[in-house]
Amino acid sequence: MAEILLEMRNITKLFPGVKALDDVNLKVKKGSIHALVGENGAGKSTLMNVLSGIYPYGSYTGDILYDGEECRFSTIKDSESKGIVIIHQELALIPYMTIGENMFLGNERGKPWAIDWGTTYGEAARYLKMVGLDEPARTLIKDIGVGKQQLVEIAKALSKHARLLILDEPTSSLNESDSKALLDLLKRLKEDGLTSIIISHKLNEVSYVADDITVIRDGHTIETLVKGVDDISEERIIKGMVGREINDRFPKRHGVKIGDVAMEVENWTVHHPLYTERLVCDNVSMNVRKGEVVGISGLMGAGRTELAMSIFGHSYGTGITGTLKIHGKEVKLHNERQAIEHGLAYVTEDRKGNGLILSNPIRTNTTLANLKGVSNRGIIDPDKEYAVSEEYRQKLNTKSTGVEQMVGNLSGGNQQKVLLAKWMFADPDILILDEPTRGIDVGAKYEIYNIINDLAAAGKSVIMISSELPEILGMSDRIYVMNEGKMVGEFKGSEATQEGIMSCILRSSND
Amino acid sequence: MNKTKALGSIQKYTMVLVLVLVVLFFSLRTGGKLLLPQNITNLISQNAYVFVLATGMLLCILTGGNIDLSVGSVVCFAGAVGALMMQAKINMWLAVVVMLAVGLAIGAWQAFWIAFMRIPPFITTLSGMLVFRGLSNVLLKGQTVSVTNAAFVKIFGGGADCYIPDFFGGGAGHNILAIVVGVVGVAIFAVATFLSRASKVKKGYATESLISTIVKTVVIGAVAIFFAVKLSQYKGIPTALIWVALVVAIYSYITGKTTIGRHFYAVGGNEKATKLSGINTDKVYFLAYSNMGLLAGLAGMLTIARLTSAQPTYGQNYEMDAIGSCFIGGASAYGGIGTVPGVIVGALLMGVINIGMSIMGVDQNWQKVVKGLVLLAAVIFDVVSKRKKS
Repeated sequence: MAEILLEMRNITKLFPGVKALDDVNLKVKKGSIHALVGENGAGKSTLMNVLSGIYPYGSYTGDILYDGEECRFSTIKDSESKGIVIIHQELALIPYMTIGENMFLGNERGKPWAIDWGTTYGEAARYLKMVGLDEPARTLIKDIGVGKQQLVEIAKALSKHARLLILDEPTSSLNESDSKALLDLLKRLKEDGLTSIIISHKLNEVSYVADDITVIRDGHTIETLVKGVDDISEERIIKGMVGREINDRFPKRHGVKIGDVAMEVENWTVHHPLYTERLVCDNVSMNVRKGEVVGISGLMGAGRTELAMSIFGHSYGTGITGTLKIHGKEVKLHNERQAIEHGLAYVTEDRKGNGLILSNPIRTNTTLANLKGVSNRGIIDPDKEYAVSEEYRQKLNTKSTGVEQMVGNLSGGNQQKVLLAKWMFADPDILILDEPTRGIDVGAKYEIYNIINDLAAAGKSVIMISSELPEILGMSDRIYVMNEGKMVGEFKGSEATQEGIMSCILRSSND
Repeated sequence: MNKTKALGSIQKYTMVLVLVLVVLFFSLRTGGKLLLPQNITNLISQNAYVFVLATGMLLCILTGGNIDLSVGSVVCFAGAVGALMMQAKINMWLAVVVMLAVGLAIGAWQAFWIAFMRIPPFITTLSGMLVFRGLSNVLLKGQTVSVTNAAFVKIFGGGADCYIPDFFGGGAGHNILAIVVGVVGVAIFAVATFLSRASKVKKGYATESLISTIVKTVVIGAVAIFFAVKLSQYKGIPTALIWVALVVAIYSYITGKTTIGRHFYAVGGNEKATKLSGINTDKVYFLAYSNMGLLAGLAGMLTIARLTSAQPTYGQNYEMDAIGSCFIGGASAYGGIGTVPGVIVGALLMGVINIGMSIMGVDQNWQKVVKGLVLLAAVIFDVVSKRKKS
């Protein structure tokens, strides 16, 4: 029996009106990687916030035993002094500071009145080497990609002498190869004795990296699965998370007729808005038919979002050339409004940043892209607006107290439904869905897939951009593969495989 | 659950409660002088420009906490233009149109840079503040120009007789028109409120509880009648009140019921999402700042009428009164939140504090200290109450 580094016993945490954690127990072995899984809102992040002192001692009940002694953290500083370091999903790095400055922010080397820059950068370089990041410590954070930023966060944690590292969704914004590199780094650090807790929705990664997996559902610990003892396949974990077996993760479409080409782009070329000589989309051609779901697969940064946004009324990029045909007729769309009027909809990957107004209720978010539909000569009909938003709320099964609930208070999956409702109400013919299920739980994903199928059945054309291969494979009639701004492959949905798509990407990268 | 609900509604009407408490405080401290008919009348006439400017400022603030620092100078400049025109015996209505046009043109000038060139509003309007203060001085040659056009002064709320004539023949001290307008207004308001509630209930939409609707209607009605009685006990309805009422009514409607109004809130809530929803966000900024200029032109007219002259120093710190009223009235410093009625409550609160302290004979400088602290307290309250919610 391995030594236990951390034990959380009978943790209960109340929020006004909600029991976020109810008698949760967690045991983490020294030198292991422990995964925490559960649907959104199950209480994973709350548990970690209790552990790291963000919710101070006294605001919860239960005990935390760390290294054999009972701990009562009241600030993050307390937990960090014990070597418990948490890395949040949203990276906390300052873009216009160097890697070294970020790494020792709040923990500066030297004296408060005289920072020792020599030591700072010397130590920074040492920690960067430990995480295998080959960048000078004087590089500005804004100049390195998200994958590398994630490594800087880990280096920063190591510089605080972390013994227990908590990672909240570390790979949610990384592409497959960066994710793999990160997970391998965790395994390597484990060899050196570092214990980690990883929260993730990506179950394949969990199966790959974790020694133990604790499943949390509705604020309760359901079970802990141990590698080598229990079955830790994705299906098994999902069963624990949702409390039932999901046999079919991707609902089938039956008898949907695929019609004529609804939208077609030819030789579409887009330049970067700032570095105008850089090509973001290079001579891309593609089309989508009526009633068809077309997937666009590719790594992060392949230019998929940029392609979609440049088609959607030139909302991204400069020097856009190429032809865009909608229902066979060439059109030029200069802004978002024209795009919407031609029946296009772009459902953003960044629902909080670019999609929703979090401080507004469901009602106003639902109608924002089509205020004309609820107004008469510029005057809003409140009854109609209410009726419309309520209709979509029920149709999409958005869990909420009513259409007046603030969107910021909804869970990720329900926010996504509001975003979909907004674009469905704009009544487009062609919907471009950019990462429609990012960061949402298994149950909500299934509902989103059903919505996509309904859209296709209603004769809409759907373009789905996704970084999750199983989702692309499970949902698409046809699949395009994009890499480094180019279309590098096209598959029939029935013939595509994960290996086929990945090798297509890798081959094109090698050219 | 009921408790949190009650707390929520108290939070919603906090500033109204604060206003009531402040009124009570000053009534006691001034031995009831605050509520004398003359003081109530003054509260409206003296602060007419604040109501007008604060309404315009709300639209700017809604776009994302952006403010317009130039309004004081624009008030002065527009007023100067009008005063000079009337001094040259040019038709008063032509002068009125020119003053509004000057305000609108200045607003559009600044709005162009803010909306289409994305120059930060703070800097653009800081420039406008200097430019138009300087130009006012140049235009007036540093001197006072008196406004002698009696009709203009009367219509825009200045001079000794700036009241709507009483068609019903009541004399000073018992103006019948004020009472009639008050009663009819309240009756219309009450009927409209209950009709809208009834139609919502019929269609099965969420409504406030019947009790809270009744309480709200009765309170608003009582306050309005109280004002009407006080006005009638003095000289009747000040003409400035018409302009204020007009501005408040129009802009309440625009912000509450129109798609354009919705766009202001959306831009302040999340500009990127708004743009991707097919809304021209540049145009929203352009409208907000152009409109601010237009209302500054109107405020310029009210100012020169009330003071029956134009001076290069007029309008100083008006921007601060307007900005302060917005934030005290619940507008968010980050944009996207705020209502016209809220802003009016904020402006009234500032006005009551002003008049109350003046009656008490508090030194001008201390008045500033108090107003500054009230502003800070209001914003602290806004920020803290939001933090608690999340």
